Amino acid sequence: MATIAGVLARPSGYAGVWSWITTVDHKRIGILYGFTAFITFLVAGIEAGVMRMQLAQADSTFIEPDVFNQMFTMHATAMVFMVIMPFSAAFFNLIIPLAIGARDVAFPRLNALSYWVFLFGTLLFHASFLVNQLPDAGWFSYASLTEKPYSANAGLDFWAISLLVLGVSSIAAALNFIVTIINMRAPGLSMMRLPMFTWMTLITSILLVLAFPVITVGLVELTMDRNFGTHFFMPQGGGDPLLWQHLFWVFGHPEVYILILPPMGVVSEVLPPYSRKPLFGYPFIVFSGIVIGIMSWAVWSHHMFTVGLGPVANSVFTITTMLIAVPTGVKIFNWIGTLWGGSIEFSTSMLFALGFVALFIVGGLSGVSHAVSSSDAQQQDTYYIVAHLHYVLFGGSIFGIFAGIYYWGPKFTGRLLGEKLGKLHFWLMFIGMNVTFFPMHFVGMNGMPRRVYTYPADSGFEVFNVISSLGYIILFLSIAVFIFNYLRTMRKEPDAGHDPWDGPGLEWSISSPPPPYNFAEIPQVEGRDQYWIVKQRAEAAGQPLPPAEAHVDLHTIHMPSPSYWPVVIAVGVALLGGGILTHFALSFVGGIIALIGTVGWANEPAAAQESHH
Amino acid sequence: MAHAVDPGHASEAEQTTTGLNHRKLLMWVFLGSDCLFFGALIATYMVYRGQSLNGPYPIDIIDVPVTTISTFVLLCSSFAMVQALAATNANDQRGIKIWLLVVILLGATFIGFQMYEFNAFKNEGLALGTNLFGASFFTLTGFHGAHVTLGIIWLLGLLIISFKGRLGPATALDVELAGLYWHFVDIVWIIIFTLLYLIAGFDVGPGPTPGG
Repeated sequence: MATIAGVLARPSGYAGVWSWITTVDHKRIGILYGFTAFITFLVAGIEAGVMRMQLAQADSTFIEPDVFNQMFTMHATAMVFMVIMPFSAAFFNLIIPLAIGARDVAFPRLNALSYWVFLFGTLLFHASFLVNQLPDAGWFSYASLTEKPYSANAGLDFWAISLLVLGVSSIAAALNFIVTIINMRAPGLSMMRLPMFTWMTLITSILLVLAFPVITVGLVELTMDRNFGTHFFMPQGGGDPLLWQHLFWVFGHPEVYILILPPMGVVSEVLPPYSRKPLFGYPFIVFSGIVIGIMSWAVWSHHMFTVGLGPVANSVFTITTMLIAVPTGVKIFNWIGTLWGGSIEFSTSMLFALGFVALFIVGGLSGVSHAVSSSDAQQQDTYYIVAHLHYVLFGGSIFGIFAGIYYWGPKFTGRLLGEKLGKLHFWLMFIGMNVTFFPMHFVGMNGMPRRVYTYPADSGFEVFNVISSLGYIILFLSIAVFIFNYLRTMRKEPDAGHDPWDGPGLEWSISSPPPPYNFAEIPQVEGRDQYWIVKQRAEAAGQPLPPAEAHVDLHTIHMPSPSYWPVVIAVGVALLGGGILTHFALSFVGGIIALIGTVGWANEPAAAQESHH
Repeated sequence: MAHAVDPGHASEAEQTTTGLNHRKLLMWVFLGSDCLFFGALIATYMVYRGQSLNGPYPIDIIDVPVTTISTFVLLCSSFAMVQALAATNANDQRGIKIWLLVVILLGATFIGFQMYEFNAFKNEGLALGTNLFGASFFTLTGFHGAHVTLGIIWLLGLLIISFKGRLGPATALDVELAGLYWHFVDIVWIIIFTLLYLIAGFDVGPGPTPGG
């Protein structure tokens, strides 16, 4: 079997397209994740724009009703699974090994596999555009709308299969980061010294490996209903559409925290350097994160208050949902405590972090208002919910992600993103976000249902919708400013230095961009905020800092070598899924390719004999 | 081919924070993930217990004695798996091959029983789309069978490399990981056998289930 691995020479080298395809370097994989997520972000953002154009006018006929259904389904599914999650994965990849003083993740090839499976899953999902058979049942695709008799074209199959493929990617990545964080910490880096983003990554990854199997089962059952004649969710055959809702939300609520915990981690790391203070109440933030992780399994039915689960279930889930607001509130107070008395510097990433805290409070409070099952009965399926979820996912997750891009971006590009344009970006986004989503609270309370393609002129909804659509234009501009800022930054000479923000984490102790092996010497950690400790000691002793670019003999560092097998297996997995949509022969071929890839992978040592010379 | 002569690559001494091997930790976390997968499938089965609108019902076709035999076969394979690992640790090259082969044969026998059972059910009128019992039964046991099949392929790979003399104390982890997976799949079957055969195997039809 070694012959299979021996057919092609092992790739090596660090330049050219091929080196990106076969890379196992966590920093490069992180960059690939980030770019893919950003492109999907633009696509899904344009889908949102189509909806806002349709809704800008009462009784509009800009798009057909079924196109509107397709747009909100594509927009939401892509934003959740193909934008926010991979943005988080990009940060996991870029930051975690640097933050824990490691040279790479525990399984570099598995890491590459996660990315390629994610990419092919995303392409498979958007391939529904090519055949004009788009999913149209919303991001939680309630049965029995999703069943063959009510949704005859292949759209829902694209949806289910690509989510199954993406699930493979997410679970593989999460397994990898759990092992990395538990097992690859630098000497002295105990769990209670971990940087906060690392902690939130660990909790998120644990939620991922436990939540994704549940939606996998739901998606398998849906696929079988649609293609193999079962009746899991079809009342005609005795099936219960509510089972889908339970399976979906048992996954779906941990998923909500999967989307928000990593940005919370980003914010917890961005606030201290710009407040010139260590993070306030570190153990409280850690344990509130753990409590959120556990409790996120006990709140799922608050998405189902109006389906008639009965007063006992509704009361229980009302209480648990209100309780989960407590650890979230603890975090917010700790962030305020971090700011309190600090000498605050309003850099762009600080502004985004502060924007996160402010907008997340708004979203959190509207969330508590529909934790009460009786008031939720009024709010369910109205624009009030749309307002809430965009305050936590856009105002929360996306703001946290941009805080991270401005904060950590220079570490990987070596260039500081323009601060003036950055601030313009922030203010446009902050204003645009509120102009777009705040009126939705009112229009929702007035009774405008979500997911409906238009509304009558005499409903009084028009003025709010016009404001929301104008807000979209502001958001669109803010993204254009960001892209312009990024392109301009990449044209200038590297100016960031290794530590532009006087950062506390280990990642700031090495050069920007970091060398492939990250640390010339694995650091010894003495406490939280290790690099601050190092700098304070050097300052107290009046000595210069240890150099960021230590001279090393590359022969002494053994790095994993590039490999083709991850991309081969990913192609196999994608064909396996794609075959269910087209012809089962394709699935068979995909399975064979994946098997060949696995054999090749297993027979290939992690590091080639002659590497990095 | 250069690395084919590198039998020790898989167990290169790694420095880890906890002292646990990376791959072993990964396997344990993965098994935790798989618990939720089977948990959701079993939950589906139990929710739909007694909800089928038409027959055949479990009482009509479930054959507990036959499946008891196949369950016994699968449990015996776990014993053989333990022996295979012990032989690997003892560097008993002949024992490794024999015990791995025994595990594979017992696993394949189990799959043979399952194919016979699926076929028998089909002949008695129970297909995937017949009723909720068929749908949830075939999905759950089918995915379990797929896990066993994957385990057999994995063990076959180990058997092949054992003929190249690449299994031994230095690579015992390769066998141990396959063993962890194999035992897990066995344990899941014990739960499935108990619930689907011993408890729900005598359900007579729609409506309230006996004793439940």
